[in-house]
Amino acid sequence: MMLLEIHGLGKRFGGLDAVKDVDLDVEAGQITAVIGPNGAGKSTLFNLVHGFYRPTSGTVTFNGRNITQSSPHSTVADGIARTFQTTHLFDDTTLLENVLAGRIVRSKSNVFDAIFHTPRHRRETKINHDTALEALEFCGVSEYRNDLASNVPQEVQKRTAVAMALATEPELILLDEPAGGIPEEETTDFGNLIRSLPKRGVSVLLVEHKMSMIMDLADKILVLDHGQKLAIGTPEEIQSNPDVIRAYLGSAKDEEN
Amino acid sequence: MNGLKNPRVIGTLVVLLLLALTPVVFGNENYIMRVVTVGLCSAIAVYGMNIILGFTGQLSLAQGGFFGIGAYAVGLLTTDYDWSFWSAFAAAVVGTAVIGYLSGLIALRTKDEYFAIFTMAIGFIIYLTISRWESVTHAHSGVNNVKFPEGGGILDFSTPTAMFYLVFVVLLVTVYITFAIRRSSVGRTLLTIRTSEDLADAIGVSVGMSKQLAFAASAVLGGVGGAFYATVVGFIGPDAASVDKTFEFLMFILVGGMGTVAGPLVGSMIVTYLFEFFQDFQAYRFIVLGPIIIALVIFAPRGIVGYLGGFVDKRNRKKRVEAARSEANSKSSAPHDTTDASASTHAERTK
Repeated sequence: MMLLEIHGLGKRFGGLDAVKDVDLDVEAGQITAVIGPNGAGKSTLFNLVHGFYRPTSGTVTFNGRNITQSSPHSTVADGIARTFQTTHLFDDTTLLENVLAGRIVRSKSNVFDAIFHTPRHRRETKINHDTALEALEFCGVSEYRNDLASNVPQEVQKRTAVAMALATEPELILLDEPAGGIPEEETTDFGNLIRSLPKRGVSVLLVEHKMSMIMDLADKILVLDHGQKLAIGTPEEIQSNPDVIRAYLGSAKDEEN
Repeated sequence: MNGLKNPRVIGTLVVLLLLALTPVVFGNENYIMRVVTVGLCSAIAVYGMNIILGFTGQLSLAQGGFFGIGAYAVGLLTTDYDWSFWSAFAAAVVGTAVIGYLSGLIALRTKDEYFAIFTMAIGFIIYLTISRWESVTHAHSGVNNVKFPEGGGILDFSTPTAMFYLVFVVLLVTVYITFAIRRSSVGRTLLTIRTSEDLADAIGVSVGMSKQLAFAASAVLGGVGGAFYATVVGFIGPDAASVDKTFEFLMFILVGGMGTVAGPLVGSMIVTYLFEFFQDFQAYRFIVLGPIIIALVIFAPRGIVGYLGGFVDKRNRKKRVEAARSEANSKSSAPHDTTDASASTHAERTK
């Protein structure tokens, strides 16, 4: 069964189709990538899946449940986590506190548990702490756990954003340009982190500009252009698809030259 | 528990202990006792403001209104309707919770400065209702002879000292609740909303509902403060609900420190003292107090407690950061080496 199924998804802003009639199936245990030129609708697609935007047409199904009209906090509760294109962390707190914030959605204890220090509250506090530390460790940044988020290098911040998303115990993680702003020579390490996610039971849907990284990582690639599907297939198929080369790879080459 | 080694906890306990000893020193000076006790009532309302402004980051200017509702609920019910203090108090709590929740439903549709203006309007409406609805609230004649809390035959709350300790215990409960919230995932939820609503949304926080509950909780604490204010002073007028009251509370929390556990108490006590100290200047006291507040906001924007706490945090963090580093170094697992090396060179570059 497919983990995430997107059918005929569309979003109109005024007279503009930011995303139009997109179909995509994300298989469990795989890394699926979305590529396309700037303004192709990649981030909009993410926002639609995650519930920040409500689609104007089409459906999104996750684990057999229709989540088309869900708001972000219920999509997260259902098991979809995300990171942002520009790294978003709570700057004035430590990395550990940041990742602990990812535990809120899985916490059941309320104000009264906190006031009366109930066993449930104590148990949850410990579980949250252990899970957060494990997530930091998994992302290779546990030694920075007590540093302020604003004081650590960009790559550590990016990894912490992934750890925060993992702390919500997702089945699917949406990564919006996870390696953006990281120097080219460090992307290999970051690619290894992304590759290790499916082994953990977390499937990946990814938007990225670094082509070498995508071709190396993805099991399946969706190419968007002007909000519509241009092609879909394995990295090999995409690389040899003439439409893609013209619309994206070709033009990217032109810009470089 | 390591809590007792924490300078923040020690500081809070010292302030509370000093306060608890007030009646021992000033027990016979009724005026001073009353001023301090009124200060404690304000502090309770300021703790309410701390939840919505300090933790959740929403500047609510309706707090004076909720204070007034609490005061008038107790004032009117114990005199005109002859309720006991405690049943009137319960009505004040329920009333402010309901009014707070309902006004929050509308007010929280707005954000930032619009939220501030909207809540100030709510405060104004409450004040105008109280000062104009003469048949019910007696408008500017006010309410006289508000009942003392009943002690059930064991305690007599008509003496200033007993009254002081009653309000003090309520304040202790408020401080503890603030402390518990700060430590729990509830506090973390509110703090994430304060930092970034979008990010809070993205990690699964139900932002709207959390803000709603925080606003209602802050209204209730405003009402509790007002309810005790009414019984402490015995006479209340529409001023108890005025917008000036809100800005007084705002000053208390700015001086003490937003989002801290001890801040509202420290701020309330210090500013109350300054008010009394400059009392001879009457309305002109703000000429003296104004610059003090401005200086404070410039040099210690997180208030007195936030300013002192900054040092403690810095020292603790340094210690813990070093501990975490040395732990990582002693492990020095091979696969992580490359990442560590690249990250640390990066760290040096950013320096």
